[in-house]
Amino acid sequence: MMTALQLAQTGAGATFLQTLVKALALGSVYVLIALGFVIVFKATQVLNFAAGAIAMAGAMFMSILISDGGIPLLPFDNPLAPAEGEAASIPMWGVHVLIALVFAALFGLVLERVAIRPMVGQPLFAMAVVTLGIEVAVRPFNLDATALESRNLGVPWKAETWELAGAIVPKSYVAAVVLAAIGSTAVLLFFRSRLGVAMRAVAFDQEAAMAQGINVGRVFAIAWGLGAALAALGAITYGMAPFPPGGNVSQEIHPILAFRVLPVIVLGGLDSIAGAIVGGVMIASAEIFAGQYLSQYNDTLGSGYSTIVPYLVMLVVLVVRPFGIFGTPEIRRV
Amino acid sequence: MAESILEVEGITLRFGGVTAIHNVSFQVNEGELYSIIGPNGAGKTSIFNTISQVYRPQEGEIRWRGNSIMGEMPDVVANLGIARTFQNIELFPQMTVVENLLLGRHIRMKNNWLSGMLWTPKARREEMENRERVEDIIDFLEIPEWRNHPVALLPYGIQKLVELGRALAMEPELLLLDEPVAGMNLEETEDMARFILDIRRELGIAMIMVEHDMGLVMDIADRIMVLDFGEKIAEGTPEEVQRNPDVIAAYLGSGDLHIGEA
Repeated sequence: MMTALQLAQTGAGATFLQTLVKALALGSVYVLIALGFVIVFKATQVLNFAAGAIAMAGAMFMSILISDGGIPLLPFDNPLAPAEGEAASIPMWGVHVLIALVFAALFGLVLERVAIRPMVGQPLFAMAVVTLGIEVAVRPFNLDATALESRNLGVPWKAETWELAGAIVPKSYVAAVVLAAIGSTAVLLFFRSRLGVAMRAVAFDQEAAMAQGINVGRVFAIAWGLGAALAALGAITYGMAPFPPGGNVSQEIHPILAFRVLPVIVLGGLDSIAGAIVGGVMIASAEIFAGQYLSQYNDTLGSGYSTIVPYLVMLVVLVVRPFGIFGTPEIRRV
Repeated sequence: MAESILEVEGITLRFGGVTAIHNVSFQVNEGELYSIIGPNGAGKTSIFNTISQVYRPQEGEIRWRGNSIMGEMPDVVANLGIARTFQNIELFPQMTVVENLLLGRHIRMKNNWLSGMLWTPKARREEMENRERVEDIIDFLEIPEWRNHPVALLPYGIQKLVELGRALAMEPELLLLDEPVAGMNLEETEDMARFILDIRRELGIAMIMVEHDMGLVMDIADRIMVLDFGEKIAEGTPEEVQRNPDVIAAYLGSGDLHIGEA
């Protein structure tokens, strides 16, 4: 069986298709994590630097649940875990993903209650630094829990692939796109609801929002819960082979995943759902296509040059449109 | 005499060593236009903030329709039917007039988030009804031409009206107006006065108005309370208050009587 990273030898069309699929898949991971950032920013005007740690905690929880058959932090066995040496069925795996997302959401709620709620009304900068503190505090737990090893996520289809017009399409890549589509739709619908509107109001002016009868604390909690779940879904998605962690939660790759999404939200606009979606796909495309089509200049550019492409794009965007492509420019009457 | 809806009893509010409000009591009756005046820093806005529970007074009691609202969150107070405007306009600047007013409808919308997300017929119907109420208010305030403008781009006087409209959209039973005509010219002030009187007459909403424009206050208020350095120094009808020697001393003494000034 061919591995997915191996390129099919059948010409330019297939190479392009394969690169496109890879870009869309990576884009999907970026979209999910970026949505997590955006939803927190929309409610609180704070860039959540703890997103990476929360995302990894969610993926870790999932790995312990499904691969160790345990329930993390509790002395029980997971009754749903697949038997030793067997893979979970796809629906059962989905159930585990959902449980991990619920855990991540609860984790987000707890963090919000403990560390963010007391900061309501404080300068935004202080709140952002608190999120950085959460990142620093949670990360050692993540690394301890991995015992500094990569931990398996029990993806049922492992690294299996389909073949499409000569191109190799990993099942995980298709799954990533599907998961991102579900996540994006849910978020878009959410912002059409009354609660979404309340969230926008809270972001603009907490005091005025309260005067309209909006429960600001509840809005904060919902934003953190949703944001945490989305980030965790992104981390789990990225854990599917042939993404670099290779079906695992990686103690090397996962902790920095969220920071790789920063160019996405800068490009798309910190407060824009559409921006997160378009920006995620654009940044991933720039990264993957540069990696594929400039690889002949590897000697000059140095290996791994593709990982800096997103930041180059981010720099250009910051110069031209500091509020991103879809972000809200500040309106001032002149 | 009409039934009292809001009773404030002996509230004292301190910030560290500063006593912003000292032992102030008053009550507001159904449908009444009650006004609070006083020199700058007398504690007028602080009284609003204690009623909406943004500030928690250390002593005293505030009752809304007989029930204490002390210790409630501001959003809970808003849900009880107490709406407010702010001295410095606090609209949602990037949203349009309609969107700002629809936010005022937030507490009147009953559909849950799921039906809102899925845009069910019930949610759609509710949205239509609320949209209609918003249009009524826009017509009432005579600002239809600004309907779809982001409020940050509107002239100041119009923004004041939009903020009043947002408070009205909540269908409140008590409206707290914090300097509704501050910074307005004569014509805008007259318009605002007319709207305030219409609100009382047509909608029967009780109001507490903090205002520096003495002409306006003396013209339209039913009763007036005068504050000075956080203490209540007089209360009564406009005529009674104008004749009160303490009031005259407070104003003349501080040189702060802004008759007819914005």
